[in-house]
Amino acid sequence: MDQSTSTTGQPAADNTVDAPTSDRALGAPLVELKSVNKHFGALHVLQDIDLTVRKGEVLVVIGPSGSGKSTLCRAINRLETIDDGTITVDGKTLPEEGKALAQLRAEVGMVFQSFNLFAHKTVLDNVTLGPRKVRGLSKKDAEEQARKLLDRVGVGNQAGKMPAQLSGGQQQRVAIARALAMQPKVMLFDEPTSALDPEMVNEVLDAMVALAQEGMTMIVVTHEMGFARKAADRVVFMADGQIVEEAQPEEFFTAPKSERARDFLSKILTH
Amino acid sequence: MNDYLSGLGALLQQYDVLGAFWTNIQLTFWGALIALALGTLLALMRISPIASLRWAGATYVSVFRNTPLTIIMTFMVMGVWTALQIQLADNFEDNFFRLAVVGLAVYHAAFVCEAIRSGVNTVPLGQAEAARAIGLSFLPAARLIILPQAFRGATAPLGNTLIALLKNSTVAAAASVSWETSSTMKTMIEFNPNYLWEIFAVFAIGYVILVIPIGLLTTWLSQRLAVKR
Repeated sequence: MDQSTSTTGQPAADNTVDAPTSDRALGAPLVELKSVNKHFGALHVLQDIDLTVRKGEVLVVIGPSGSGKSTLCRAINRLETIDDGTITVDGKTLPEEGKALAQLRAEVGMVFQSFNLFAHKTVLDNVTLGPRKVRGLSKKDAEEQARKLLDRVGVGNQAGKMPAQLSGGQQQRVAIARALAMQPKVMLFDEPTSALDPEMVNEVLDAMVALAQEGMTMIVVTHEMGFARKAADRVVFMADGQIVEEAQPEEFFTAPKSERARDFLSKILTH
Repeated sequence: MNDYLSGLGALLQQYDVLGAFWTNIQLTFWGALIALALGTLLALMRISPIASLRWAGATYVSVFRNTPLTIIMTFMVMGVWTALQIQLADNFEDNFFRLAVVGLAVYHAAFVCEAIRSGVNTVPLGQAEAARAIGLSFLPAARLIILPQAFRGATAPLGNTLIALLKNSTVAAAASVSWETSSTMKTMIEFNPNYLWEIFAVFAIGYVILVIPIGLLTTWLSQRLAVKR
C-alpha cells in the first residue's frame, strides 16, 4: 500500500494521523455492482446502481436517510436481496443461499449501526466464534488471534466481560474485531457511529482510520466527514435510490457538483 | 370422630395415593422431555428459510393445538394400539404408559413450539444478521446464537407449558393408565362416597404442592437467565 503523504491541503479537526486520501495505489476491482435494482413494495430503493470498489479502496457512502445507502451496503453480503442486476465479490457472483452464500459472507466483514454483539456470549467468545465454527480454528489459536485483535482496537482488557457491560464505543470496537477475525477481503460499515454517544464516536473512527491505513478495503456508510476526509479515497453521494455524485472527499465537501448534494451538505454543515 | 379419622386413614392406606402421584410425575417427565425435543424441532422448522418446512411446522401446531387432549389419548389406544396394532412395550401396563407419554408429548410439543417461538421473538433481528454476516448458515446460527437466547426468553412460557402438562397428565386415564391420580381418585370416591370432600381435597392439595414450586422456579429462572442487552 502506498503510504505517501496526503495531497489534500485541509486537515480535518483534531487530526492525529496524516492519512493518505486520494493517491493510493489501488488494486483490481473487488466489489462490483452492475445495474442493481431493488424495490421495497412501491419504493424503488436502489435504481440501476453501478459501483466498483477496488482492492484497498476506502469508499464512503453518504446521503440523506431513505436514500438507499444502508440497503446498498447490506445488499453486498446479501442481508438484503436484490431484484435484478449482479453483485460480485472478488470475481464471484453472490450466491443466492446455502453454504456458498455463508462462505462468501465469511469473506465480507460487516459492522452494524447497533453493534449486534452476541448478547449471551463474552467479548472473547464473540470474536472467536466465527473463526472456530466457520474457519475451524482451534480454541487456542482463535483466542490468541482474538486477543491480538481486541488489543488492536483497544479493548483487550474487556475480553471476559459480557457485551451489555461495555459502553457503546467499546461494543462497536469489539464488533470490528469480530469482523476482522474472519480475515475478510472487504469490510462493510453500516452507519457504525450513528448509535453512539458523541464522546464515543472518535474511538471507533480512530480504529477505522487505522484499519484504512493498513490497506483494508472498506465500504463505509457514514455522515462523519472527518473520517471521510481523513481516510476515504472516494465519496459516493446517494439520494432517492440513485448515485448522484462520486468524487474525492475534499472535492465533494468543498465543491459538490449536484444541486442535491449542495442542498444536503448545507443542511448537515450549517449548525 | 375417632371412627372418622381411622376410616380416612385406612382409606389412604388401602389406595396407593403416593404411587398414583408418582405415575403422573413420571408421565410428566417423559412427556416433557419428548415434547421439548419435538417442540424445538418444530420451532426450528417454523423459523427456517425453507417454506415447505415452515408450512409443515405450522400445520402440525394448528392440528395438535386445536385437538382436545382426551381425543388424542383415546386415539393412542383405539387407533395406534388397537387398530394399527403398534405396541410400545410387551408389558400391558408399560404399553399404556408409553402410549400416554407419546400422546402427551405430541400434544404439548405444539405448545412448546409456540413458547420457543415467543422466545425467538425476544431475540433482536440483528443477532441473526450478525450470525449470518460472519458466515454461519441457518442451523449453526440457530444452534449457537438464536436458540440459546430464545430458550432464556422462553423460560416463563415453557414453565407454564410444563404446569399444564403436569395437570393434563391426568388425561392419561383416557389412555387406560388406570393407576394414575384421577382414575385412583374416581375409584376411591366410588367406593367411599362418605369421604367425597376429603378425597377431593387430598388430590387437589397434592397437585397444588407439585405445581407451586414449578411456578416459583421458572419465575426465578426467567429472571436469572434473562439476556442482558
